[in-house]
Amino acid sequence: MRFDTVIIGGGLAGLTAGISLQQAGKSCAIVSTGQNALHFFSGTFESLEEAPDRMAALFEEAGIRLHYRKGVRLMPMGSFKPAALALEDVEIFPDPHFSRKALIVSIEGYQDFFSAFLAEGLEQQGTQCRIHLLDLPEMEPLMQSPSEMRSVQIARTMDRVWEKAVREIRLVLKDEDTVILPQVFGLQDTAVPDRIRESLPAHVVFVGTLPPSVPGIRTQQLLKRRYEALGGTYLSGDEVLQAHVHEGTVHSVVTRNLGNHYLEAEHFLLASGSYFSKGLKSNPFRVYEPIFGLDVRQADERSAWYDPDFMADQPYMLYGVETDEALRPRAEGLPFQNLYAIGSILGGTRPEFGTGAGLAVRSAFAAVDRILNAKTESE
Amino acid sequence: MKIQEYTVSRHNFEECMKCTVCTVYCPVLQVNPAYPGPKQAGPDGERLRLKNPYFFNYALKYCMNCKRCEVACPSGVQVADLIQAARIQYSHDAPKLRDRILASTDLMGSLARPFAPIVNGVTGLGVTRSVLDATLQIDHRRVFPKYSGRSFEAWLRRREKEQAAFDEQVAYFHGCYVNYNYPQLGKDLVKVLNALGVGVQLLDKEKCCGIAYITNGMSDQAARHAAHNVAVLRKAVEDKGLKVVTTSSTCTLTLRDEYPNLLNIDNAAVRDSVLLATRYIYERLEQGAELHFRKDFHLKVAYHTPCHLERLGWGVFSERLLRMIPGVEFTLLDSACCGIAGTYGFKKENYAASQAIGEPLFEQIRSINPEVVACDCETCKWQIEMSTDYPVRHPVSILAEALE
Ligand SMILES: Cc1cc2nc3c(=O)[nH]c(=O)nc-3n(C[C@H](O)[C@H](O)[C@H](O)COP(=O)(O)OP(=O)(O)OC[C@H]3O[C@@H](n4cnc5c(N)ncnc54)[C@H](O)[C@@H]3O)c2cc1C
Ligand code: SF4
Ligand code: SF4
Repeated sequence: MRFDTVIIGGGLAGLTAGISLQQAGKSCAIVSTGQNALHFFSGTFESLEEAPDRMAALFEEAGIRLHYRKGVRLMPMGSFKPAALALEDVEIFPDPHFSRKALIVSIEGYQDFFSAFLAEGLEQQGTQCRIHLLDLPEMEPLMQSPSEMRSVQIARTMDRVWEKAVREIRLVLKDEDTVILPQVFGLQDTAVPDRIRESLPAHVVFVGTLPPSVPGIRTQQLLKRRYEALGGTYLSGDEVLQAHVHEGTVHSVVTRNLGNHYLEAEHFLLASGSYFSKGLKSNPFRVYEPIFGLDVRQADERSAWYDPDFMADQPYMLYGVETDEALRPRAEGLPFQNLYAIGSILGGTRPEFGTGAGLAVRSAFAAVDRILNAKTESE
Repeated sequence: MKIQEYTVSRHNFEECMKCTVCTVYCPVLQVNPAYPGPKQAGPDGERLRLKNPYFFNYALKYCMNCKRCEVACPSGVQVADLIQAARIQYSHDAPKLRDRILASTDLMGSLARPFAPIVNGVTGLGVTRSVLDATLQIDHRRVFPKYSGRSFEAWLRRREKEQAAFDEQVAYFHGCYVNYNYPQLGKDLVKVLNALGVGVQLLDKEKCCGIAYITNGMSDQAARHAAHNVAVLRKAVEDKGLKVVTTSSTCTLTLRDEYPNLLNIDNAAVRDSVLLATRYIYERLEQGAELHFRKDFHLKVAYHTPCHLERLGWGVFSERLLRMIPGVEFTLLDSACCGIAGTYGFKKENYAASQAIGEPLFEQIRSINPEVVACDCETCKWQIEMSTDYPVRHPVSILAEALE
């Protein structure tokens, strides 16, 4: 099967590139084994100081609203972290003293939201806190399997009964100026977080939970839907096993499900993520890229891979595939002509693109431009 | 460097990093709180079961083996296989009479077919359905698949000579559904393949693929069918050098993956030669074969990818074939389970869950308002037709209809 571009990995980087290329009239196939890092996404986009117009437009068309404000966000454990660009339902404050008195609301039986830590953290900022547990009969069936009382299951119920939750909160709300809620709203219906804000006479702040991330999954689903609506092919649950390469040009890739039916293309994008997504792997001797055997920047000595201080920044997190200026990787020093590496597989090798989501989006756009220009140059 | 090779665990369960992604995509977990979910039922439970079989949980029977958890898992854990394997290994419940009946799709077919008009009439009657409900706990709201008066095998046998005249040949694993309930699909396939210059033969007595035996706790029968089918497939593939095409995504998944993974039946000799017809047709076209379509054809189609096709990863062939037909207005439906999962939705205890699972899909179909829904799975067809009033057709049938 032939496409203009085959994209390996359907996370933020792969989808951003896929949508842009489809919009430019190119046919793409995304191959993605399993879900990706967006399922753990906090809702704030690292290293994006502002929403590049292009990114804002792409997200807007997918039905995802972003907002930009330089400041801090409240983390699940009650600390604050600098942030700037976020999903609409993730609050950013100019500084941590955003509230005098806050009501922290959670759900009876829900263990993935740490109200007590939040209260402790906020009280250090001088915010008085009170915790209230919602006791909704609709949640009772979920409690039958306490291990499955998780954000997404709760969010599915909340999509139906959020109005009831709001009514209960209105009843217990006293003189608090802020209501803090777990991010379990608006999985399907993206308007819900806004409607909750409108229905409560206090400032409403949604705070992240343990994974899976409800706003992250929503983002993933909307981006994928947009990509497919543009005619893009998404091969979910399939894995690229190897590639046919001749003198630096990739001709096709082999996948687990398609076997001897190869995916051919003019260009290939490697957006297979970092260790978490197995875009990078390691054995006791080296960190490697499993599909093409690309050169990976790393320390030779294993002992230099990590810092024994568990909480320190770990050197291995900066490892990534080596690329040229056009984001084309190398294998044994030799460059590829039509392969581009984007997203977290780059690790810290291309600091000019930023980190996290910023790296994913910026590198995707850069590679897309290369591909589109390569086309016009050769024509 | 070989370290990883030695640590590969059964169904890859030790690769689980407890990320919970599978639980997001399990359709049963969304509607049935009694089900522990793929992570608990799969890799987490496996750890306990390995310690002591006492920890086997009978709620695993609620898993409908849709494999959506496996498609979602970023770590390559074969979650559904783990669950089905645990049921095979640890469940000592004798299957109920009802489950035996539902599972025996070929036996039911051969018994019912000669009396098709009577059986169809009888299973269509409200009173029969109530009796089935009360006696067998087959839900009375279910609409039964109709049985056809003449089997597909009989139809094709009468055309043996005519089919043998084609230079190129394939064998067709038609499955129970085409044989007993819906021979038209088989006839449509023959029409399309003939148009490509390919003749169609039967296998030397295929049996039901056996998936319903697996999910209904009768793995011994399933393994017998599997061994028989692999032998029959080998005759076609090794002796005659044929490819084997199929029209049912579930039969295909069973022949290719469930045999080795769940039943320990080695199918390596035939696995790569068993292809969904849509893939086979697509590949022929890619190699230069041509189909000539009617000029006046017009059809608004919404395509639903069945769960097992999603797991096979071959939905793209059906999708591309449909898009290629001039006059087809194509919409790809969101990836979602219709809720029936073979015999699962027929059981009284699953009926409500089954309908609730399918609702988002039904709603999307209604909002698109297509002329037909296209889908490669027979049980999805029953479920969608019963729940939405939209007709469901197999992509191959749509191709056949669009041909000149
Ligand atoms: C747990 C976690 C939380 C994070 N939270 C944030 C956050 O809140 N904010 C932020 O800015 N950044 C966050 N990040 C950083 C994150 O890596 C980026 O934001 C971004 O989502 C990475 O996108 P990606 O597309 O490069 O990779 P991924 O999202 O990792 O996607 C890679 C995809 O490629 C697939 N794949 C891998 N190998 C193959 C193969 N051989 N064949 C086919 N498919 C393959 C994988 O299955 C996966 O689906 C987080 C990262 C992790 C791991
Ligand atoms: S998705 Fe895979 S890795 Fe994650 S919890 Fe489920 S089985 Fe484990
Ligand atoms: S196979 Fe389907 S029903 Fe069973 S655990 Fe996986 S997703 Fe759930």
